[in-house]
Amino acid sequence: MNTFPDILKIEIGKYVDVFVKYLVRNFSDFFDALKQGILWVVQNIELILQWLPWWLVIIGVFLLGWRINKLSSGIIYSAMLLCIGSFGLWSLMMSTLAIVVTSVVISLLIGIPIGILMAYSDKAEMMMKPILDGMQTMPSFVYLIPAVIIFRMGKVPGVFATTIYAIAPAIRLTNLAIRGVSKEMVEAANSFGASRWQILLRVELPQALPTIMTGINQTTMMAMAMVVIASMIGAKGLGSEVLIAINRIDIAKGTEAGLAIVFIAIIMDRLTQGIAERFKIPK
Amino acid sequence: MTEKIRVENLVKVFGRNSKAVLKKLEKGITKEEILKKTGNAVGVNNVSFEVNEGEIFVIMGLSGSGKSTLIRCLNLLNKPTAGKIFFEGEDIVKYNKKQLREFRQNKMAMVFQHFGLFSHRTVEDNAAYGLEVKGAPKEERLRIARETLETVGLGGWGDKMPHQLSGGMQQRVGLARALANDPDVLLMDEPFSALDPLIRRDMQLELLDIQDKVQKTIVFITHDVNEAFKIGDRVAVMKNGKIVQVGTPEEILSNPANEYIEDFIKDIDRSKIMQAKNVMFKPSPLLFNKDGLKVAIKEMETNGISSLFVVDKGRKLQGLITIDDTINAIKEGKTLNDIIQRDYFTTDPETYVQELLPIASETKFPIAVVDQSNKLEGIIVRASVLAGLV
Repeated sequence: MNTFPDILKIEIGKYVDVFVKYLVRNFSDFFDALKQGILWVVQNIELILQWLPWWLVIIGVFLLGWRINKLSSGIIYSAMLLCIGSFGLWSLMMSTLAIVVTSVVISLLIGIPIGILMAYSDKAEMMMKPILDGMQTMPSFVYLIPAVIIFRMGKVPGVFATTIYAIAPAIRLTNLAIRGVSKEMVEAANSFGASRWQILLRVELPQALPTIMTGINQTTMMAMAMVVIASMIGAKGLGSEVLIAINRIDIAKGTEAGLAIVFIAIIMDRLTQGIAERFKIPK
Repeated sequence: MTEKIRVENLVKVFGRNSKAVLKKLEKGITKEEILKKTGNAVGVNNVSFEVNEGEIFVIMGLSGSGKSTLIRCLNLLNKPTAGKIFFEGEDIVKYNKKQLREFRQNKMAMVFQHFGLFSHRTVEDNAAYGLEVKGAPKEERLRIARETLETVGLGGWGDKMPHQLSGGMQQRVGLARALANDPDVLLMDEPFSALDPLIRRDMQLELLDIQDKVQKTIVFITHDVNEAFKIGDRVAVMKNGKIVQVGTPEEILSNPANEYIEDFIKDIDRSKIMQAKNVMFKPSPLLFNKDGLKVAIKEMETNGISSLFVVDKGRKLQGLITIDDTINAIKEGKTLNDIIQRDYFTTDPETYVQELLPIASETKFPIAVVDQSNKLEGIIVRASVLAGLV
């Protein structure tokens, strides 16, 4: 049998291990502060979501669905929410949403500037592309491990892992959108002596907005998908229900929690897509 | 005539290591060889010319001749690889970022082939863009934008979005956007090429009308010979990144520098470019009204012609006599005043030959070219009208 020679073995895993441990040992103050910050945001968002009366949420989603898409959409979305409530999963749904919303906000705050940087610099794009590929294809369990080591169990490593997974489309589509702005339009702005900031804020970003909105939709959907896995490291929510159902081989519980996740995903997808559609600029 | 822009030995090479390519160009290696060897594209190759204040300077050339690259050097959208560009005596290539921005904000504005309008802004906000960049207050820039839209014939369209307008109207917005900034120089990069032929013709005429009002210095790019000669005060013909000939349309038509230019102007409709003054002869021989009829006969006989224009001391046109009438008059003892007739056509020097064609085929006498004070400038015979067309 052919064996790969031992002498060529590179123990990259070991180096990463050493690196993560080094980080934890030497930068624990920084990570603690980061953890507290993220936790504060998630908890407050959850507080607000949990405080909202259930009927108000249902009416709100109905109106949004109606206004953004059509009347039947509003009815279907609110019926879906009613189902989730009737499964007894309302509060868990809000916990899940809190993590999703936090992750999406962080993803956009970091992702859009990185996307702009990539659009401006071919070098940055060349460097970022493989990293983005890695973030999207690396099995998410792999970065759950360092997330737990750095942030311990709970909501914060959940947000961290979700953000890493969901940030890629925000970056990619921002880059794509800015690069896609008509060259002549940017040239025109330049020919009038506009500064780089003026071009970015008044020409490129408004032109890129529809595509960036699509990126936001994608980011939201990916965050939703990741939140289930994040429950394995203690981020309580709909995902943890699924996890419990698996452990107990409880088909009923699994079905209900699974359906609830699907319903929320559909509602968020259709609403963000509908909003993105409104930003389209007729050419 | 004051000089507005002077370009000296301008070179633009695209791609890396452009300075090294410069040396190769100096050695006389051709554009094609350089592209093959180093992959650098030479856009503009050692071009010099000047643009005078208030004129329409047209740069004409086929696609790939470097004309768009050249016009983008004038506002430094393309940074020249070598050479100097003087604007009112100042070398703008040396400008730093801030100076360059100010220069673009105040001195030059550009109109683009595919309009380059901001599709997310209303027509009015598009027209106000240059002023917005300069930081003009909202009221003021919208007022000026509306006025300028009025000038280009788009009054009342300010609230529309660009995509709601036709191509010709969109380019009017592009023109308004440039004019609203009140620049010294207007750069127009094939502004009418994307338009239908009929609309293109209207826009050409309107540009000339607007130019009469605003009196800007215009650098205009086109690949269309007819367009170039119709609107250009002076025309530069480009080929392979170099300027082959610069001159007024008449100069180029009557004295093409080489075969390339001859080819270029072959299919041009000269009757729309040649004017009466280009095809007329010097008004000689002439009969002054103090001269006698005997002199008239002698003039006609020696020159082999059958009619003669009569002028006064100030060369003001008085009339025309024919040889038959003159011979009869001498026999019957009549005077010049008895036989002078006014049954001929006159025209002013700026009339296009196109308009003279029907007259020339109708009249039996030459056409008299007179200025506003009726002074005889020249005469046009039928043969010279037709000769002007080939």
